[in-house]
Amino acid sequence: MSDAVIKCESVYKIFGENAEKMLQDANGNVDAKTFQENGCIVGVNNASFEVAKGEMLVVMGLSGSGKSTLLRCISRLTDATGGKIFIEGQDLLELNNKELIDLRRNKMGMVFQSFALLPHKTVVENIAFPLQIKGINTDDSISKAMDMVKLVGLDGRENYFPRELSGGQQQRVGIARSLAVEPDIWFLDEPFSALDPLIRKEMQDEFLRLQDKLQKTIMFITHDFDEALKLADRIAIMKDGIIEQLDTPAKIVLNPATEYVRKFTEEVPREKVLLIEDVMDQSTSDNLGDLRVSKDEIIENVAEKILTQEKTVGVIDSNNKIIGSINPTKIINTVFGGRKNGN
Amino acid sequence: MEFLKKNPKIFQWLFLLIIFFSLCFAIEVPETYKFIRGQAEFIKDPNQSTFVFAGKEVRYYAFDVFWRLPPLLGWLPIWINDSLFFLMNDWMPMEFWNEDTQEFKTRPLLLQISRNLTGFMTFIIELIREILLGGLETIVAFTSWDFIDANPWAELPGLPWTIVAAGATILSYKLSGKGLAIFAGLTMVYISIFGQWKPSMQTLSFILVAAPLSFIFGLGLGISAFKSKRVEKALYPILLVMQTMPQYAVLVPALVLFGVGDHAAVIITMIVAIPPMILLTLLGLRAIPPEVIEAGRMSGCNNWQLMFKVLIPTARRDILIGVNQVIMVCFSMAVISAFIGAKGLGFNLLLALNQLNIGLALEAGLCISLIAILLDKMSLAWANKQTDYFGNLSFFERNKNTIFFIGAFVIGIILAYVGTFLFKGTFNYLFEIPHNKGISTADFWNKGVDWIFDTFFVYIKAFNTWLIQEVLQPMRALYLRMPAVATIVLVVGAGYLIGGIRSALVVCGLTLFIALSPWWDRALVTTYMATFGVIISCLIGFTVGTLCFQSKSAAKFMLGVCDIFQTFPSFVYLIPVMMLFGITDTSVLIAVIVYATIPATRYTIEGLRSVPVGLHEAATMSGVNKFQRLTKIEFPLAFPHMMLGLNQTIVFALFMVIIGAFIGTEDLGQYILKALSDKNGAGIGLTLGICVAFIGLIFDNLIRTWVGKRKKHLGIA
Repeated sequence: MSDAVIKCESVYKIFGENAEKMLQDANGNVDAKTFQENGCIVGVNNASFEVAKGEMLVVMGLSGSGKSTLLRCISRLTDATGGKIFIEGQDLLELNNKELIDLRRNKMGMVFQSFALLPHKTVVENIAFPLQIKGINTDDSISKAMDMVKLVGLDGRENYFPRELSGGQQQRVGIARSLAVEPDIWFLDEPFSALDPLIRKEMQDEFLRLQDKLQKTIMFITHDFDEALKLADRIAIMKDGIIEQLDTPAKIVLNPATEYVRKFTEEVPREKVLLIEDVMDQSTSDNLGDLRVSKDEIIENVAEKILTQEKTVGVIDSNNKIIGSINPTKIINTVFGGRKNGN
Repeated sequence: MEFLKKNPKIFQWLFLLIIFFSLCFAIEVPETYKFIRGQAEFIKDPNQSTFVFAGKEVRYYAFDVFWRLPPLLGWLPIWINDSLFFLMNDWMPMEFWNEDTQEFKTRPLLLQISRNLTGFMTFIIELIREILLGGLETIVAFTSWDFIDANPWAELPGLPWTIVAAGATILSYKLSGKGLAIFAGLTMVYISIFGQWKPSMQTLSFILVAAPLSFIFGLGLGISAFKSKRVEKALYPILLVMQTMPQYAVLVPALVLFGVGDHAAVIITMIVAIPPMILLTLLGLRAIPPEVIEAGRMSGCNNWQLMFKVLIPTARRDILIGVNQVIMVCFSMAVISAFIGAKGLGFNLLLALNQLNIGLALEAGLCISLIAILLDKMSLAWANKQTDYFGNLSFFERNKNTIFFIGAFVIGIILAYVGTFLFKGTFNYLFEIPHNKGISTADFWNKGVDWIFDTFFVYIKAFNTWLIQEVLQPMRALYLRMPAVATIVLVVGAGYLIGGIRSALVVCGLTLFIALSPWWDRALVTTYMATFGVIISCLIGFTVGTLCFQSKSAAKFMLGVCDIFQTFPSFVYLIPVMMLFGITDTSVLIAVIVYATIPATRYTIEGLRSVPVGLHEAATMSGVNKFQRLTKIEFPLAFPHMMLGLNQTIVFALFMVIIGAFIGTEDLGQYILKALSDKNGAGIGLTLGICVAFIGLIFDNLIRTWVGKRKKHLGIA
């Protein structure tokens, strides 16, 4: 894939003395237990994946699963112990300090769980900070930062200090700061985890709105499976440093690769995740009703229409060509059936 | 037995005590033993034994090795001394250009460096002093005396006291608000009308030089310790020793290296004031959330930008608390430095105490205390002040403080000028009130002291005699009765029981150093005085702290009192006790008790406060009454923190015992005081200081190790 913006090849991160030597000896077969007995902790274990331009990859895992470590390897806040990481074809681990700083100043932005705002700077100064670090003069950087303030809807509060803002507002500042240099790659490390559920939902919607507009290449870390389903183009589920499964939300829900992943999917409301395409029959019988639904619809949105039909419903693609069919029974099975503790 | 089985620790401790006491009884007091009052090193008593090590002859009174270890380290002070002399006078002679004689002169390198350094320091101190008080020296430094003779107008005029007072008030207002501003104004007026202006400004100029320099070096070293583990490891032991080293003792080597006077005092003050700055810088930088650092990195900061635009501003508060510490240490050093000839308030205080003019001493002491409180409050207010956005304010509002100050400046000058007409032929009171021309209440106080003595002398004397004869003398005798070996076994055993083999080794090393120095007896006396003070202080502090804790406002008030008392330089405490108890051990001990009660009280309140609210509520819901809550919940949980208070109490007590030598005690402090006036005292003074520091560190190690384990055990680490 030539348009892969981020590309990881067997990335390892192992904490502890002699980590590098132990990794070499292990010969690509890293067992967390053996390492732990020798005083090393495996953070990321053989992670390989690509993120395409404009794609949003959500890395999901519980605490200690290595998801944040993986993100820090890719932003090179920590150096990976082994493997290769390419950012737009450049070998990240080969960059010297100056090149790395250049990369961060122009191509990367990052949002943090605890907001990580500078307490001594106002909202607009915080947002202008990366620009000023780059060497842009004060007036230009402030006016650019003001655009960002408007983008995240904080107008009128640009002269507040972080201590005077609510959590949601602080994270808006964090988002604006990370976007100030107009990066191509956007890292978000559990950006909404520290927020109340209502604010979190609001921020997720806001985030989707922004992404719709900006089309960044995104790595988004979360421990919330629902959040992952809601936002992701693709999800990587991590456990003990290993990526257990990396796929689209629908495929993960329909075909969990491991027992661990299945546990997450059990409680997921499928009608909210799956598209018609994911559950339709490929065969197109002649006995179709008049209703047509698009293959890209989420089940929830069209379920009522389909369920009121007596006949099988035709599924069309974007060219209005019938490519499959779906009947009400299928919908009922998808929504209510096939769950262990269902009904 | 059942009980002992359940508590193996108690059994071990009992066992240790049994060994200790049996050793004490087994080892007889040698018949020839007596407490050596004079300076045995300098008299040639035929009863003395000698040995030669590293080319130095050491004389000492030999006893049974179990009773007192021979002073195998006796050569150390002599060796330090000779090395210093060698370094200063003979090492690396080099040619230096001499401005005055216009020729090259051979001088040892270190001496030249020291002279240049002191010259530089003298210049800055003079400069600031003359800005405040006026004078010629600075101009002379750039020109010559001939120039001054030819141009009589060339003189720094000095600031009228009204301007300095207004400046202090405006600055206080800016930092904290009305309350502090009023306090600052009153303090300045008090200083001025009581004729303490000149010495106060001398002390202030001393601080204005020492504090910024200490800040810069401390910050720099703190940053490098934060960045490199190796630097931190190298600094750690020095920081540790400096924390428990009496400030007094550091003065002695300064004499040899830098001579007598303000410049030497400033340099030595920096050595004392830098460690707390390093510690607080480290603490502040460590406390920065890692995400903020990462945010800085992801914003594309290079190392320099990260440090100065992200880390230091984020750690601002801790760093400014460090500045507060630096200022307070500088101030207390400014007072003590009077011993090596620094001018200012300390000098006046020392003079007054030497003349037993309690009234004058009290006035100087009050002045010192007021300035100490003012400096403390101002620097704390600075640390706690949060920046406000000022972009939308008008020019006047943004700069009103500057404008006010300029106004005050002009008015002050006009007033001073008017004063020249008002006070023709006498002193210009609107410019500067000379030292002995202010109002003085000294006579009043002296009469008061006389009255106290006349009225209560009988009782005070009775109390004094009782305390000395019934309590202090026996206690002192008991301490001196301990054979050295028994003491070492006790201390090392305690170290082993508390912290295992590592702690035992550390403690053993520290104790052996003192035991092998020539001053074991003196160290015992120091310890006995400190122990006595600590016991009483802890009793008072823990009781007062617990009582105050029962009411929120009382606790707050008490902490405030502790804050204020802690800002006073330790030397000040000697004044009231001398006033009441004269020159006796009792005076020193009472000063020790007053001084050391501060941390005991503070830590008790803080410890009790730190018990989590959840636990309180849980206990209340289990139906405990107030007393049960105190004994079952609060004390056990607060105890580790209270023990840290004990640690501080010991350090405070040791400091005061050492300073108490000024009144005349027979402990390590007495020798330090002697060393101060001795040309060959540098080595002795330094070694003595290290001995005192080590006594403190032994307790420090034991207590800290215990507290660390206990906190881990309680899960509140």
